[in-house]
Amino acid sequence: MSFQPVKFYQTGTFTVGNRLLPAEERSVQASAKRFNSLNSGHRACQGCGEALGARYAIDAAMEATHGQLICANATGCLEVFSTPYPETSWQVPWIHSLFGNTAAVATGIAAALKVKRLKGADRDVRVVAQGGDGGTTDIGFGCLSGMFERNDDVLYICYDNGGYMNTGIQRSSATPPAARTATTMAVGPEPGNVFGQGKFLPAIAVAHEIPYVATATVADLRDLEGKVRRAMEIRGARYIHILVPCPLGWGTASHETIQIARLAKETGLFPVFEAEHGELTSSLKIRKQVPVEEYLRPQKRYAHLFGKQPKVDVIARLQALADRNIRRYGLLDFDQ
Amino acid sequence: MTVTRAVPFFDASRIPDDLAPIAVRPSPMLPGDWRSMRPVVARDKCVKCAVCWLYCPVQCIVERAAWFDVNYATCKGCGICAQECPQRAISMVPEGA
Repeated sequence: MSFQPVKFYQTGTFTVGNRLLPAEERSVQASAKRFNSLNSGHRACQGCGEALGARYAIDAAMEATHGQLICANATGCLEVFSTPYPETSWQVPWIHSLFGNTAAVATGIAAALKVKRLKGADRDVRVVAQGGDGGTTDIGFGCLSGMFERNDDVLYICYDNGGYMNTGIQRSSATPPAARTATTMAVGPEPGNVFGQGKFLPAIAVAHEIPYVATATVADLRDLEGKVRRAMEIRGARYIHILVPCPLGWGTASHETIQIARLAKETGLFPVFEAEHGELTSSLKIRKQVPVEEYLRPQKRYAHLFGKQPKVDVIARLQALADRNIRRYGLLDFDQ
Repeated sequence: MTVTRAVPFFDASRIPDDLAPIAVRPSPMLPGDWRSMRPVVARDKCVKCAVCWLYCPVQCIVERAAWFDVNYATCKGCGICAQECPQRAISMVPEGA
């Protein structure tokens, strides 16, 4: 990692002001001529992390492919808020078919494009599939695993907000332990979501040994952009998992979206890493480790942990999860 | 409240009238109409670092010659820009005040 001098304007934020950087170091989004693939005027909630993450991911893919891009979209918040009939926010060729078969639809598009190339089409068009965590980890998991196994030339992007937020905050298999949702209420001896493993899909994607797997958050958007750009350089099945806070489902204030995403990374509960062909290649280090309490406390879905009698044991188990992630992905090893 | 359109809607008069019943009259409600707090940019504090421009989930930040302004037709008033502004140049003002 090259040395980056801290500039005077970096007060109270970790963000590097983009326009104040030299022109060659700026991101795609800093330019006034950015693609705006997901255009303004859509119906997302205030402070939606998914709208931010989707625009960055698809804009970066558009930049990498010079605008030659087709998107397949699973059912979910992203599809619902961006395309209420008869309107659309997308500035790219975009298809939505069903909840579970996005990966299969994208595979079909990629296969058709491959045939067109073989028959002499001169344009190299790439395919991106995107979905929420419900459509990816629960419903579309079979199609997605098949796509990984066949190594189809598709980039699959999962926007993980930890539940079915669009239909009323039901539990998905990516919902973190002890979180309150509409179907895992904070009642009984073990309130909130079951304290299980959770389905951490990036690790499953790494186990498929596909060419590229990465995770990112909406707090570090340069990192997210770079990962999409790297993914578009590679042929074959690629997977990017983006943590997008949901102010409605997580019970946070709408202006805290970026902070919460940053805390998820700084606590170690959400490891940000890259893996190629099943091998961990790099991880984004934690700048200043914070206890998980600071991440849990602003979120109303964890409010039952901080009642009159704080559930210290549950918080300790969540801290153990964060510590395990830090060990497993080397989030504090600056020597690497 | 003045009704201004964020994006031009399609021309509904061009739809043939012998179709199955479909929605041809979109809601005139704008994304900015449900806002309760409004971001206001202090022009003297803005250094044009574009952090608000980068973090705005709805791209409602408009670039001016010396500062960044807000398009109130699409701004939903989430307050991310005010939170992330390194210069504290953006403040959230209650709507209608």
